Amino acid sequence: MPVAPQRKLSAASAPTAVGARGVPATGTAPGAWSGAGSRQGFGATERGDAWWFKPVLQAAGLIVLIGYANYAAFLGAAHYRYLENGRDYLSPFYSPYIHPAWLPVWLSPALLILVFPLGFRATCYYYRKAYYRSFFADPIACAVGEPRQAYCGEVKFPFLLQNLHRYFLYAALVFLVILWIDVVKAFIFSAPALAAAAPAVTSALGLHAAREAASGGHYLAIGGGSLAILFSTGMLTLYTLSCHSLRHLVGGKLDCFSCAAAGGPRHKTWSIVTVLNGHHMAWAWWSLFAVCFADFLVRMCSIGVIHDPTLATFRHLLEMPNRSLSLLR
Amino acid sequence: MNAGATGREVVLRVYRGDANGGEEVAYTVPVETGMVVLDAIHWIQAHRAPDLAVRWNCKAAKCGSCSAEVNGKPALMCKSRLDHFPEGQPITVRPMKTFPIVRDLVTDVKWNYEINKRIAPFQPRANAEWRWQQSDIDRVQEFRKCIECFLCQDVCHVLRSHELKHQFAGPRFLVRIAGLEMHPIDGADRVPFLKDTAGIGLCNITKCCTEVCPEGITITDNAIIPLKERVVDRYYDPVQRVWRAITGAKDGT
Ligand code: SF4
Ligand code: SF4
Ligand code: FES
Ligand code: FES
Repeated sequence: MPVAPQRKLSAASAPTAVGARGVPATGTAPGAWSGAGSRQGFGATERGDAWWFKPVLQAAGLIVLIGYANYAAFLGAAHYRYLENGRDYLSPFYSPYIHPAWLPVWLSPALLILVFPLGFRATCYYYRKAYYRSFFADPIACAVGEPRQAYCGEVKFPFLLQNLHRYFLYAALVFLVILWIDVVKAFIFSAPALAAAAPAVTSALGLHAAREAASGGHYLAIGGGSLAILFSTGMLTLYTLSCHSLRHLVGGKLDCFSCAAAGGPRHKTWSIVTVLNGHHMAWAWWSLFAVCFADFLVRMCSIGVIHDPTLATFRHLLEMPNRSLSLLR
Repeated sequence: MNAGATGREVVLRVYRGDANGGEEVAYTVPVETGMVVLDAIHWIQAHRAPDLAVRWNCKAAKCGSCSAEVNGKPALMCKSRLDHFPEGQPITVRPMKTFPIVRDLVTDVKWNYEINKRIAPFQPRANAEWRWQQSDIDRVQEFRKCIECFLCQDVCHVLRSHELKHQFAGPRFLVRIAGLEMHPIDGADRVPFLKDTAGIGLCNITKCCTEVCPEGITITDNAIIPLKERVVDRYYDPVQRVWRAITGAKDGT
């Protein structure tokens, strides 16, 4: 069947000139076609349901969890790791643990790495929705009047930076690898030789080195903290793999899957990310909660408030993987 | 009594007025089984207010004509069942607030058609083969379900509260553009249009459009965000810009 040559855009469909200062322009005169909605004051609506409930709940959830994360990162550097009773639990807020000599004592090492997870969440398409609604009331709920008339969406600084979300995604993917190594570590306990040797040797060598020196070997075990760290990284993995930018990257950018190189696998991957993406909000909340929970548990164990239960040990696995596992440390 | 009569009554507070102002007027309507708000409006027209202006066509949630705001939420009147509202409480029915009112429940939605005309239509690539796999067209089919009810345009705060019709085309047209841009054989490039004319950057992905769409189109997640990512590819991703400058490659591969 003959195919018509590609048409040129008609004048009507050609892009119109950009408005002043880089703001888009649809070609409609400002103020033309206006309706009654723009004259509504903040909170004005005919909605009779509890439209305020979700934004308030969401704000409360974010304040509590982000508040905790800030406390843990800024003030909690003393108890970021639990290294007793054979355990090696590292708080996810402090992973990877980087502590250069030049870092002033009053500055927590978490701050060096926190910009990545923080930036990832701050530019996440879901969290954007959540804080635009709950904190900026833009809009606080659908079909409810807003506090401000002025608005420039994401076309101007600083919100223009939301467009860099994918770069935080790349960092998050690297972090995931590191966090999974932490999970493995959280399931490898050192044999109890440490307990007796630790107090004397610790002062000379530092806790971690003392532990290595005195360790009677390693074995697989499950502690409460191991599960919390697994849960945290598991949720973070689902959250990261359901990212909208990832969905675009793995295949969403294609117009035709079957015509593209490796189109089949790309469509498959895109479909899997799409299924996960449908629950992105859930993973966003669960992962935030789980990270805080893992940190909390590590912190409580380290402070000595909680005694971490050993749920299972696999001592018969002691010998074989020992050498390779200790390489991880 | 009619066959479907329930013996119950409902009070509808219907907006009556025009550009010069108006007010809600209460009408008591006998409820029949399965009745929708549009039925009640028709009952009012037939029995109480023959001059009540309302636009409708199909009464089957398919023509997109009967859009209004029922209890403050943008909805199709013909898809709003009376038994879904709390019993004994009045139901308010008002015209859409994003568009200029004509009279009573009728608004002038012509602006939408003006915007629509500016979008480059489907343009098959030269020598494109008119064959594709279902997997290539799944996404587009979702967008083709749109019935142009403009409820998403009505609820979108960029158009409704901020009155930025001169900067933002609105979710309905981002859906249409997504259907064209993601079409396996379409060859037109609407990415500059998206950024500079349709104003996709004005959308702050707060998803009210998705919440009200009677066709259940996942407007924000499936149309707008993927288009935003395409705009990022073209304009905001520094690495891709450098890569394209060096290799002459196109985005979307
Ligand atoms: S998600 Fe974007 S287009 Fe949809 S209602 Fe919100 S601001 Fe408007
Ligand atoms: S996208 Fe949905 S809400 Fe918007 S016009 Fe189409 S059918 Fe209506
Ligand atoms: S969209 Fe939420 S993490 Fe990317
Ligand atoms: S009358 Fe056709 S959609 Fe309601």
